[in-house]
Amino acid sequence: MVEAVDVALLLLLCVAALTIIRQQNLFAAVMLAGIYSLLSAGLFVVMDAVDVAFTEAAVGAGISTVLMLGTLALVGHQERKPKHRPILPLLVVVITGGVLVYGTLDMPPFGDPANPIHHHVAPHYLEESEHEIGIPNVVTSVLASYRGYDTMGETTVVFAAVVGVLLLLARGPRPRRVLVNGSWTTVAREEDAPELEGDDA
Amino acid sequence: MHDRVILRVGAKILIPFILLFALYVQFHGDFGPGGGFQAGVIFAAGFILYALVYGLGTAKRALPPTAVYVCSALGVLIYAGVGYLTLALGGDFLAYNVLAHDPEHGQELGILLVELGVLVTVFGSMVAIFYAFAGRRKVQA
Repeated sequence: MVEAVDVALLLLLCVAALTIIRQQNLFAAVMLAGIYSLLSAGLFVVMDAVDVAFTEAAVGAGISTVLMLGTLALVGHQERKPKHRPILPLLVVVITGGVLVYGTLDMPPFGDPANPIHHHVAPHYLEESEHEIGIPNVVTSVLASYRGYDTMGETTVVFAAVVGVLLLLARGPRPRRVLVNGSWTTVAREEDAPELEGDDA
Repeated sequence: MHDRVILRVGAKILIPFILLFALYVQFHGDFGPGGGFQAGVIFAAGFILYALVYGLGTAKRALPPTAVYVCSALGVLIYAGVGYLTLALGGDFLAYNVLAHDPEHGQELGILLVELGVLVTVFGSMVAIFYAFAGRRKVQA
């Protein structure tokens, strides 16, 4: 039964991916990308990774789609016809994909209790976190306590992403000093950058 | 979208529940799926829905960009601050046992605080990125 669900979800994933590639209308492509994320979230639920599924559904299907639509509002809805035939990129992608698939052949079978990953720290977390941390959800114990350093790094990465986006997209609200006719004058933001700052979405 | 009555009324009904659900996800992360990342994104999604339906200007009046930028930095500070607090109390960095008399309570308190930090940063970051994208006008081709 679970296999049938897996096969159905994977088939739908393939259909969504192929449709995104074929799609010339970027609005439809963005919507399909959201559906793709939602299907992946379903796949994660089937694999019992509910926390990951939750994140995928919220970030991939929710916020990403909104940000993509925000980008489309800036760049237009229609994809331009490519000027050349992308044979070389196709070749690179096919070879890379083939190598990745070849790499998965060496992976231990999914869910096998003999897998190395189940014999390192996982038994300790599963057996001891109830007494050491005292909260029932082991995922949260690992995320916030055992691996607190990593989560702090992830939080910092999110912050760094914002700094990057703001540096690229948003000009600071401060007025600027510019050199006009040999003397420094302060220029307000609106005059300086008239193409920015809509009052309405 | 100012003239879409159904959207405006529907959003008005939905948004409080979305924000409440985000808080549920945040504080229920100890017992079920969820935590700071998911809660932050859901909270931001609720607010972005408000901005989409009622306009960016209204949203910026409710939550100025400066407050959003402060949020995304504040969360990291809360997180790292908990680490320095445990250092000051004589433990290792981010070893929460020293935060309370009972190690388990210390762990629960520490996790609550760092998840709060994650929530604040993720919420601030998502809204800041949305402001940055939505605040630009279309490029004249």
